[in-house]
Amino acid sequence: MKDRIEFEGVTFRYQEDAPPVLKDVDFFIEKGEWVAIIGHNGSGKSTIAKLMNGLLFAENGKVSVDGMSVNPESVWEIRKKVGMVFQNPDNQFVGTTVRDDIAFGMENQGVPREEMVEKVAGSLRDVQMETYENHEPHRLSGGQKQRVAIAGVLAIAPDYMLLDEATAMLDPKGRQEILKTVRDVQEKSNMSLVTITHDLREIVAADRVIVMNKGEVWFEGTPREVFAHKDSLSFIGLDVPFVAKLTEEMKQYGVSFRKEPLNHEEMVEELWNLHSTK
Amino acid sequence: MELTFNEVTYTYSPGTPFEFRALENLSLHVPSGSYTAIIGHTGSGKSTLIQHINALLQPTSGSVKVGDFVIEAGRKNKNLRSLREKTGIVFQYPEHQLFEETVEKDIAFGPKNFGVDEEEIRERVNKALEAVQLPEDMKEKSPFDLSGGQMRRVAIAGVLAMKPKVLVLDEPTAGLDPRGQKEMMDMFYSLHESEELTTVLVTHSMEDALTYADEVVILNEGRKYMQGAPLDVFKRKEELRQVQLDIPEVLEFLEKIEKEFGVSIEYNKQPLAELAKELTSRLGRRDDYE
Repeated sequence: MKDRIEFEGVTFRYQEDAPPVLKDVDFFIEKGEWVAIIGHNGSGKSTIAKLMNGLLFAENGKVSVDGMSVNPESVWEIRKKVGMVFQNPDNQFVGTTVRDDIAFGMENQGVPREEMVEKVAGSLRDVQMETYENHEPHRLSGGQKQRVAIAGVLAIAPDYMLLDEATAMLDPKGRQEILKTVRDVQEKSNMSLVTITHDLREIVAADRVIVMNKGEVWFEGTPREVFAHKDSLSFIGLDVPFVAKLTEEMKQYGVSFRKEPLNHEEMVEELWNLHSTK
Repeated sequence: MELTFNEVTYTYSPGTPFEFRALENLSLHVPSGSYTAIIGHTGSGKSTLIQHINALLQPTSGSVKVGDFVIEAGRKNKNLRSLREKTGIVFQYPEHQLFEETVEKDIAFGPKNFGVDEEEIRERVNKALEAVQLPEDMKEKSPFDLSGGQMRRVAIAGVLAMKPKVLVLDEPTAGLDPRGQKEMMDMFYSLHESEELTTVLVTHSMEDALTYADEVVILNEGRKYMQGAPLDVFKRKEELRQVQLDIPEVLEFLEKIEKEFGVSIEYNKQPLAELAKELTSRLGRRDDYE
């Protein structure tokens, strides 16, 4: 049995008489990889996240985690494997202190106290919030709140972490904090990351990108492969990085690129080629 | 309608352990008909500032002038109605404030409260729907059956139906997808022009400030840190970095080009195609392009 999240022919609708929000969706998330799921509002991204950890169940087809089908019976086992951080930092706190909040998930799973204390400290260290153990969550900044939420998920040591637009309500500084935290954690463990996002920086940093459009998987590939389809991406309402747009324009003036640059460093490298032939 | 902040200080919960000075000695002039972007980190005082514009908050010291209306520390505000009729604020996630049974009733709620007559209300509702680019047949629908982006447009239509002279937008595109963001920002810009509004935009997006605003105010820890035309402000990169703010990506990129290649390209909002042409000719072989 392969260790991965798998969607096989998944269809879902919220009401019986409503059109499906997901139509025959197939994809998988491998152990240890970082996958960004992108798409316009209403393309089905959040529904996918909710199907992954049993907040919703497939109407047709099958969602499985490490070979285990996601259904009402397996949902508690599934949630030990799949943790989720939501968009609004204010909607996900239950504890009156940061420590209690992080312990909440573990208490639900009957983790012994000794172990719990250790794990709270460990996961707070992972998100660089160790000095905030006794703080009240609602007094933290947005970025700090989301880091605590991530720590709460890390404490149950899931194999897969889902971030559903977890940086959307943060300011640019908060966004960078979260991105760095997540990257560090990913490097240390073999956890898979699934980020649902519009943030171009987040997308470029992922290993693989799944593009959703009107409830269907529209494209799957590396960020470089995805952003090579600039015209069609903007056609379905998505944005491409500044560097990719500039590359496209420079091609009109006869400049050739060895590989499609995605960030400033890669662009500068390509431009050195152009420059050195001067 | 012009706005003037005169040495405004605002303190939350004064005299308690939670005392917090959110604005400090802030002076600011926003000319009538201008489009001003306010930028700063979470906690820099942006939200506190905009709540002074329609007297939701009253300065702890100093004064705020909105048109002829003066909001002053220690003096009771009279005639708030006329102030609030003229200053429309679109708060963050305004769709959370929808509550009526139909889109039409929700949009009409404000003007009705202000005693506008039925005939005029109907006209305003239609005009507001048109302004936010929603079809007229949406009037009878429940706002809760709409998509997130449509709900936000309905909420904005409700603000527009008040026919404000000043429009304050607090991160109006948060949570929308890239196309939705651009459509909404373009919509506000065309309203700004056609209705001759004084627009104040609170944003984290340096790109939006550069594209739409004619004045940028940078707040830091409750104080005015910088103010000026967007291109002038964004040229002062080091000062911005000191308060951990980014500059628009295009300027960051051109700075890198100058550092790497010693080629300096002036940015004056030229379209990307033109920029690409300049870059190609300045960096590439000359004979090909001249």
